[in-house]
Amino acid sequence: MRSVIDIKDLSKEEIAELVSISEDIISNPQKYAHKCDGKKLATLFFEPSTRTRLSFEAAMYELGGNVLSMSDSASSSASKGESVADTAKVISCYADIIAMRHPKEGAPMVASMNSTVPVINAGDGGHNHPTQTLTDLLTIHREKGRFDNLTVGLCGDLKFGRTVHSLISALTRYEGIKFVLISPEELKVPSYVKNTIKENGLEYKQTTDLMSVLPELDILYMTRVQRERFFNEEDYLRLKDSYVLTPEKLESAKIDLSIMHPLPRVNEISVAVDNDPRACYFRQALNGKYIRMALILKLLEVE
Amino acid sequence: MNIDSIKNGIVIDHIEAGKGMEIYNLLKLDTLGCSVAIIKNASSNKMGKKDIIKVDAKIDLDMDILGFVSPSATVDIIRDGVLIEKKKITLPEKLVNVIYCKNPRCISSTEQELPHIFNLTNKESREYRCIYCETKGE
Ligand SMILES: [Zn+2]
Repeated sequence: MRSVIDIKDLSKEEIAELVSISEDIISNPQKYAHKCDGKKLATLFFEPSTRTRLSFEAAMYELGGNVLSMSDSASSSASKGESVADTAKVISCYADIIAMRHPKEGAPMVASMNSTVPVINAGDGGHNHPTQTLTDLLTIHREKGRFDNLTVGLCGDLKFGRTVHSLISALTRYEGIKFVLISPEELKVPSYVKNTIKENGLEYKQTTDLMSVLPELDILYMTRVQRERFFNEEDYLRLKDSYVLTPEKLESAKIDLSIMHPLPRVNEISVAVDNDPRACYFRQALNGKYIRMALILKLLEVE
Repeated sequence: MNIDSIKNGIVIDHIEAGKGMEIYNLLKLDTLGCSVAIIKNASSNKMGKKDIIKVDAKIDLDMDILGFVSPSATVDIIRDGVLIEKKKITLPEKLVNVIYCKNPRCISSTEQELPHIFNLTNKESREYRCIYCETKGE
């Protein structure tokens, strides 16, 4: 029995296997429709994240399994009283696998140390969110057919956005990746992330100007620039529009660019971009379900 | 107790100067009934200044605490006035309830009786990180 708490829990080979299972599910959904008959997934969300929870639940239903879910009021009362360790011990009596989201960093790890069934971290505060990174990796593989020799632009809040840090760290395992880090001065990538890139012998470039680098990108990963990250409203208003993607800006981009976004977006990608075939953020959301199906299968050791 | 000669006991030597008292407290040597001597700022050829602790009894030492606070330390075991063993300290790979996580968003700040565990993440810089939230230990 094992759990997935951090993307680093998975080797490069295991990620390749999960990606290949996902791609097989996409081609042969019928083959997988009863793989988890009689199995139960418990979704324990101690803070609301409707889209992540629904993605896990849809994944389990498509495998023929069932879902046990706490209501929001139950999760909030539990978070006041019972310890995470006790919750994990009790829920593992009822479920075959647990997906847990919790506002405290490390809570899913504590659950995995006390559970008798596998635990998947569905987000612990701003700390880890391994199924988001797996979703991003599957999307890159489906859009590009490979993980190596890609120029990957990451744009927006690169300082606080852990999704971005985790994706960068996962991509440093592959050959020939060039990172282009696009953000306002205030929201630059922390130095430990840049060190990870350097230690793996890869290149990166930092800029504040999206337009100047857009033509060289194979992938553009957009993130939200949040108002609360700025000291004053003026800076926020000045900066937020320079990182809004519009059809006009995309004229200079490669014809096979892949535009990704973890969603939800606020205004950083204009709705007019949605019809561009290069926009793959809704396909990315769909991939999130497939990779979670693959992960559930692997952790339940279903052949 | 003659500070220079211990009959049956332990000498913790080569402690980084100034760390003797911290080790005394963390190892809870104040709870011992036997004589304990702390020598501060003793001169040392190798280290310039060092602290030394002498314990006039054979006790089990938590080598992890010692290694964490002062990896330069050595432990001499004395029996019948003779040095029978010299133990070298190494930096422990794991610390359990030696230091505490200060991140208020960490599960260890709320979960009942959860041990505070840190793993050694960088030997050169003696960096430890909380296993739950990966915050650097201080
Ligand atoms: Zn912590």
